[in-house]
Amino acid sequence: MSGHSTLVTTPAAALDIERLRRDFPILDLKVNGKSLIFLDNAASSQMPRQVMERWTKYRSEQHANIHRAVHYLSETATAEYEKARLKVQAFINAGESRECIFTSGTTDGINLVAHGYGRKFFQADDEIILTTLEHHSNIVPWQMVAEERGAKIRVVPISDRGELLVDEYRKLFNAKTRFVAMTHVSNALGTITPVREMIAIAHEHGVPVLVDGAQAAPHLKVDVQDLDCDFYVFSSHKLCGPTGVGVLYGKAALLEKMQPFKGGGDMILSVTFDKTTYAPIPAKFEAGTPPIGEAITLGAAIDYLSAIGIERIAAHETDLLDYATDQLNRMPGIRLIGTAEKKAAVLSFAVEGVHPHDVGSLLNDDGVAIRTGHHCAQPVMQRFKVPATCRASFAFYNTMAEVDALAASIARVQKLFA
Amino acid sequence: MDSRELYQEMILEHNKKPRNWGLLADATHKAEGLNPLCGDHLHLSLRVAGDTVEAVGFEGEACAICKASASMMTAVVKGKTRADAEQMVQEFRDMTTGKLDPAAPHHLGRLTVFAGVRDLPTRVKCAILPWHTLHAAFAGTNTASTE
Repeated sequence: MSGHSTLVTTPAAALDIERLRRDFPILDLKVNGKSLIFLDNAASSQMPRQVMERWTKYRSEQHANIHRAVHYLSETATAEYEKARLKVQAFINAGESRECIFTSGTTDGINLVAHGYGRKFFQADDEIILTTLEHHSNIVPWQMVAEERGAKIRVVPISDRGELLVDEYRKLFNAKTRFVAMTHVSNALGTITPVREMIAIAHEHGVPVLVDGAQAAPHLKVDVQDLDCDFYVFSSHKLCGPTGVGVLYGKAALLEKMQPFKGGGDMILSVTFDKTTYAPIPAKFEAGTPPIGEAITLGAAIDYLSAIGIERIAAHETDLLDYATDQLNRMPGIRLIGTAEKKAAVLSFAVEGVHPHDVGSLLNDDGVAIRTGHHCAQPVMQRFKVPATCRASFAFYNTMAEVDALAASIARVQKLFA
Repeated sequence: MDSRELYQEMILEHNKKPRNWGLLADATHKAEGLNPLCGDHLHLSLRVAGDTVEAVGFEGEACAICKASASMMTAVVKGKTRADAEQMVQEFRDMTTGKLDPAAPHHLGRLTVFAGVRDLPTRVKCAILPWHTLHAAFAGTNTASTE
């Protein structure tokens, strides 16, 4: 024996997909007599039994309004709601839990910042930078505040592969630039943007950045401190959680100087008809009764995903994407739209001579659920000169066999239209 | 219903070779039709002399159901009076929303190939859009939307 020791590492165990699939009752569904093949996860993902059970437990044993009464249930619900906030904090590695605000979803979070920050601080001729990749929910709120304040929107262009042109982005900054709002992952193309680098560039100019993480949070490890983003927004229902709840992360110093979005109960310290004093964050931005059970259930979804491991989820989804990309590239008459170097598990494509809507309807006959349309990202469609695309988007519970079924179903559509 | 039943030979053929494709240079009536959710987008032009549709042409970007519906519509309304064409708009709308009494006489003829869309709620708008657009062109409102 030599004196050398050998470091033995075991590769991270691959996901046991068949076991995981048993957690999702909906995956047993038959559609048109065929097994459901759910490839519309970018729109909303499915919920595992463990997360549903958390909702049932809350409704059965823990529900009351929070932050109010002194009775047992109110105290329990309040404690569970705040525990969910801690889970969110850990999930995105926020510095403090009070920087994590429960919203009704990504759209709500962006509107909150557009109102709370934009309407308070933007002035005439100020400039807001958006990107071509944005979902309408990260365009329209900024247009609304820009119109009201007389501010201007500047747009970062993309390459033919669907990647943001960082050099062009750099050139957009000037003394009037006040804000950047950009996506972390494109919902229409799957492009993972160089968000960390782009935030650093904005900060060189003293400009805060909001990141739309709706598509990123389910697929990538998000670390808001490492990104150094000023705001980060995402939704629960794309994370195997319920609809109606989402998260806005904001740096405490910014959240504190913003104006509240909605007025009401729970967001005040004291109210007289002469003056109302707002509560400290996060309560300042959580007016009214929040989605208590939904937030707690989101906490359970975060536990579920974290137990599997976001990195392992990402690895499997990348395998699915690579396999599906390869399968579709082999088929004649298929054009992939969005071929960025770094992509999350979204595959947008066009079938030559067949409108996406027809593709979607015919795939549904085979039980295959994809999204067709403009994906609420019309600027992306305009950039690629298509009215709409077909989009297959994968989750960790999808299988290679389902990718094969997608390809076979597309081939049948091509045959029908030949 | 299996949507494959809807994609019959006649619809596929009209989708591939739409009749009356192209806009009229001497149109008296025009309208644009849009399904904002799915992106079907049509332009329709008519030349109406007296009370008769003398010529009709269309263009656009649309799914097979919408394009075939537009193609067959243009073929059938050419030479018809405005009143007869409007009557067909009503009958087509009723058929695709399940309100047409199959026993009652109607003027749809081969257009009954679209009857199946009544069981595909997401596709009804595709089939109806050209007809809404025709109605808008007659009415002079210039735009039609199924939203």
